[in-house]
Amino acid sequence: MIPEEEVVRRQRDRARIMAWLLGAFVVLMFLITMAKVGLNK
Amino acid sequence: MAPFYPAGGLGPVQRRQRVSPEREHPYIARRVMTVSAATTPALPADWRDLFALTKPRVMSLVVFTALCGMLAAPVLPPLVIGFTAILCIALAAGAAGALNQWYEADLDARMRRTAGRPLPSGRLDRQTALHFGVGLGAFSVVLMDLATNHLAAALLAASILFYVLVYTVWLKPRTPQNIVIGGAAGAFPPLIGWVAATGEVSALPLLLFAIIFLWTPPHFWALSLFVRSDYAAANIPMLPVTAGLAATRRQIFGYSLVMAAAAVAPWPLGLTGPFYGIAAAVLSAGFVALSLPVLANRATEPAAMQPEKRLFGFSILYLFVLFAALVADRMLSA
Repeated sequence: MIPEEEVVRRQRDRARIMAWLLGAFVVLMFLITMAKVGLNK
Repeated sequence: MAPFYPAGGLGPVQRRQRVSPEREHPYIARRVMTVSAATTPALPADWRDLFALTKPRVMSLVVFTALCGMLAAPVLPPLVIGFTAILCIALAAGAAGALNQWYEADLDARMRRTAGRPLPSGRLDRQTALHFGVGLGAFSVVLMDLATNHLAAALLAASILFYVLVYTVWLKPRTPQNIVIGGAAGAFPPLIGWVAATGEVSALPLLLFAIIFLWTPPHFWALSLFVRSDYAAANIPMLPVTAGLAATRRQIFGYSLVMAAAAVAPWPLGLTGPFYGIAAAVLSAGFVALSLPVLANRATEPAAMQPEKRLFGFSILYLFVLFAALVADRMLSA
């Protein structure tokens, strides 16, 4: 039997990591776009 | 065969199903696929296990050689583009590692060296590993294409497919030459790093590809000599299992000579300066010198295989220092 708290803890951990990764991805895409624009100038 | 998942384990209910007829050839590893029926709620995968699935130690060598390939290129991309290219190569290596572990979970369970991995130990279910690997691989290729160029993205996709389909699925369970041909998968990173920076392939990155390609057999065969019983237990046809110890030691020595020639070649060809040339010559002489005691060794027990262990350890250092010397040479001549 899997303890409920363990399931919730892991879900919370993963959600937090996904949120950070998504945020980092948005920032990275912005920086890539800026670099590409700079290359084409 | 013992069940792959422990009875009453943490993963979803597993339905075991043979997907291919058992083969008669003694060296063809028997493959038993596990399919998740997912009828009971599973414990969500821990991020540490997902991270372990990417083979972080292998990834470090991949990232390093890719970075060196990029830094050795005549033009450097903007910092953020270069960072993204290396990130994509790392993610692709992680994806390939995850898919390799997904496919080989049953074989890993039979080897001491790999039995503690997340899948054979039951900490992670196979379907999660498959989704993770495919998702990570697709993401890395798309991001590489957006950030750099189509050729780098195509090479990245080819390297993942080569490692998973050609090496893991096709060659590894079937032929003792698995490492020789499969070594190409690990040789892609410096080439991709170079192409991400320049958008084209030229002689030096092809030689870097050749160096890693020729380095892989002596590196892996040195390891497989002292973990031979593991490979035999898993029915994986590594050379020491199929051809014996003496033949493997001769092959290690032969490949070491050819690899040494390839490692030094960029200098006389005028592709690098003397700093790299001298470093490559010294390092390669050390590699060949360490492969001589391996050739002379007659030991059959892992405890007496010190020369093999020394060569394996040195081979990792060799690649790191050789590629670092390449970058240093570039910086000195800039």
